[in-house]
Amino acid sequence: MSKNVIEMDHITKRFGNFTAVDDVTFHLRQGEIHALLGENGAGKTTLVNVLFGLYAHEAGTIRIKGEPATLKNPNDANDYGIGMVHQHFMLVQNFTVLESIILGDEPTKAGIINKGKALEKALEISERYKLAIDPDAEIRNITVGQQQRVEILKMLFRENEILIFDEPTAVLTPQEIDELMSIMRNLADEGKSIIFITHKLNEIQKVADRVTILRKGKHIVTLDVADTTAEEMSELMVGRAIDFDVDKPEIERGDVVFSCENITVKREHSTKNAVHDVSLEVHAGEIVSIAGVDGNGQSELVYALTGITPPDEGRIFLNGHDISKSSIRERTEAGMAHIPEDRQRFGMILDLSLANNLVLQTYYQPRFQKHGFMRFDSIRGYADELIGRFDIRSSEGAGSMGRALSGGNQQKAIVARELDREADIIIAVQPVRGLDVGAIEYIHGQLLEQRNRGKGVLLVSFELDEVTNLSDRILVMYEGEIVADLDPDQTDERELGLYMAGKKKEVGHV
Amino acid sequence: MSDSGTNKDQKFRNKPLQVESRSPLPEEELSLPQQARSKGSYSFFASLMAIITGLLVGVMILLFANPSRAGQGLLTILKGGMTGSPTQFGQSIATAIPIIMTGLSVAFAYKSGLFNIGASGQFMVGGVCAVFVAIKGTMIPGSVLWIVCMLAAIAGGAIWGSVPGILKAYFKVNEVITSIMMNYIGMYLVKIIIEQTIYDARYARALNVPVRAEIPTLGLDTAFPGTNLNISLLLCLIFCLIIFVISSRTVFGYELTAVGLNPDASRYAGISSNRTVIIAMVIAGALSGIGGFMMYLGGTGVYMETNEIVALQGFNGIPVALLAMNHPIGVFFTGLFIGQITIGGENLQLFGYSKEIIDMIIAVILYCAAFSLIFKQMLYRIVSSIKKRRQKTRGVGPQGPGRYTPADKKEVSS
Repeated sequence: MSKNVIEMDHITKRFGNFTAVDDVTFHLRQGEIHALLGENGAGKTTLVNVLFGLYAHEAGTIRIKGEPATLKNPNDANDYGIGMVHQHFMLVQNFTVLESIILGDEPTKAGIINKGKALEKALEISERYKLAIDPDAEIRNITVGQQQRVEILKMLFRENEILIFDEPTAVLTPQEIDELMSIMRNLADEGKSIIFITHKLNEIQKVADRVTILRKGKHIVTLDVADTTAEEMSELMVGRAIDFDVDKPEIERGDVVFSCENITVKREHSTKNAVHDVSLEVHAGEIVSIAGVDGNGQSELVYALTGITPPDEGRIFLNGHDISKSSIRERTEAGMAHIPEDRQRFGMILDLSLANNLVLQTYYQPRFQKHGFMRFDSIRGYADELIGRFDIRSSEGAGSMGRALSGGNQQKAIVARELDREADIIIAVQPVRGLDVGAIEYIHGQLLEQRNRGKGVLLVSFELDEVTNLSDRILVMYEGEIVADLDPDQTDERELGLYMAGKKKEVGHV
Repeated sequence: MSDSGTNKDQKFRNKPLQVESRSPLPEEELSLPQQARSKGSYSFFASLMAIITGLLVGVMILLFANPSRAGQGLLTILKGGMTGSPTQFGQSIATAIPIIMTGLSVAFAYKSGLFNIGASGQFMVGGVCAVFVAIKGTMIPGSVLWIVCMLAAIAGGAIWGSVPGILKAYFKVNEVITSIMMNYIGMYLVKIIIEQTIYDARYARALNVPVRAEIPTLGLDTAFPGTNLNISLLLCLIFCLIIFVISSRTVFGYELTAVGLNPDASRYAGISSNRTVIIAMVIAGALSGIGGFMMYLGGTGVYMETNEIVALQGFNGIPVALLAMNHPIGVFFTGLFIGQITIGGENLQLFGYSKEIIDMIIAVILYCAAFSLIFKQMLYRIVSSIKKRRQKTRGVGPQGPGRYTPADKKEVSS
């Protein structure tokens, strides 16, 4: 058995009188991939934040390579060779990719950044680990998926020995996930030790050596992955059996509720369109998925449909009315709901209370205002009702700041707000990104319920499981175009993967 | 920014992140106003810390300049206008009034995420509109003349504020640049208007404002003889309250806050940020304009001059707002405070200190005000560590951490 590089013994971390991590013992061996599994709020992120020096723990000891270690800040962690890819990317929006990778570890020559050398090294790493990047692109112009690659490259650039991956696969395609898995495997084989935080059981089975399961801040068990099953892990994680199969009743599909014709979105400084001549229809009682690799025009298409960035060409119809020229508010009032991809940028105002966030589109309606004054009591009452109905958890109920909610609960709040408006078309982009099994099950259930009640759902997802489980119809988007319109019962992940990679195009459908 | 910098930042921001999965507890739940109150008290004490730190540095400056009289000097500063002389008291109020209004203007614009550095221009244009109407409005009856003058000032200031607002909304021009430029345009416009219409060539300034146009005193000047008080201060308080109500209780205030905190999410939600930004700048401009009206129609013997100096009252509003952490009611008190110590500083000369020393001390206080966010964080940390210690001594009881047994919690999606 190889030796332990990290020994965290009996770690306890409290926030106020809430114990986030309760007497947890976690050991990481040299050269292993050790998965940390648990629901939102189980304490996984807190535990690694203690290791990373972001939080001071109240009790317990940390030993790194046998030596007792005190980590006061991320710089200490860095000195111990610990690197972390965070769940919420910590990137400077107006830096280039290269600048972001070298930030904090810039190769210098006489105090001046040696960009040539940096570029050479970054490209070499990017090639070695097959993480394609454009070093000159600005962070704010690249997609979430690409930003994640930058985060991973950043860690590899520093030549860290102990690597923490916090939900790294959330936005990658199946092929990319496979690549990442093999990268992680290679890294481990080269002697690097990896902590892999994830909710995805199949990834754990694919790549991890051992798994530690946390529940409600407590250490439940540490297992050898080879000796366990997905069912067992999920039960241990949630504390009850999880139903993996989505219960999708056959229902009669209704009329077209939402459609668009020939949507084209031009790209700045490029002749290639971000979205090229996309037409689609969503019927009542139907979930239509747009599958595809992140960055193939899905975001731009959604911005165009929802009015955030109007398209350059094309028309959009909702319930038969042309809403192409409508403002966002008019679209909302006409019956459109939008669960946005970036919940912290678009979905929520983090420094407003949960109650105020829950009325973000409806605050001006008579039930929430009178003569221009907010009716805080009815907002509060409405918020409490949604919080109860959608089980949104927070420390201070409706008065909690958006920022104080966990990612999963932020997403639940957004889903609650969007679904409660009784919209006819729900445009949901990556609605379960970064969420745990329980929350995923819940949100998927909500979307299905909307479908069953005769609403149209347009689901944009980069995750094939989600697409194949939920959809009544699958559209595949590649380089700004819809390249396939498939029946989920007549296709498989392999075929979808080929369309997504642009290796296959449906005949007569361009 | 260094890597550790971003992470530290994140550390603070993430602090409450893990408090998530706890179900809300009735005993602990804070109502919205209660929450605001506890946040408000942090801000208050943070501002107080800024002032105290500033004064401490001030004492050091005094000690450095003339150690033997430093104690007296500090007392003089603290006393400010409260020396027993009604004239000085009146002066400190008169100093405070315009900067309360410009401070309010800056604070309000900031609520929508805009930095209104153009308060000076709005102040001057508002002032000249009021003075012009006061002098030329001979056909307006005396009883309402001052109100008409104020409306003129509101119009002037609002127009001046609207330009950067419109440019920001429709052309994404940075409001700092446009509002600074509007200061200079305003200054020369004021000069032209005065010289062409209401010029008193003997003194190179605007004509005297007729007494009948002055802001009513409502007997305050006789109740407090020698102070020259009028109802301006009262009006300031009313405006502060109105702005407070607008920004915290109204639909427009909600939109303003939303746009200020997250323009992207506001757009997603269908809030028209263009409209919000323009209205915010119009109101901010109007507030500064009223400041000009109050300054020049206050009967305190201040005249509009044509000396090509951008009014300092506008810039001084920025620190007033900063020190109040952009709280509309806080602005009222920080404005008064700065009025106070300004007069105190002038009195310093009695002890042989040069007048400029008080400017340095004020500058240090304002400098500290810029750090008030840091003070706020320090306070937050101190308070939470005290709370934590108390909990420890209290042990694991019904109030302690032991209360969260897994059974208390509902499953995520049952």
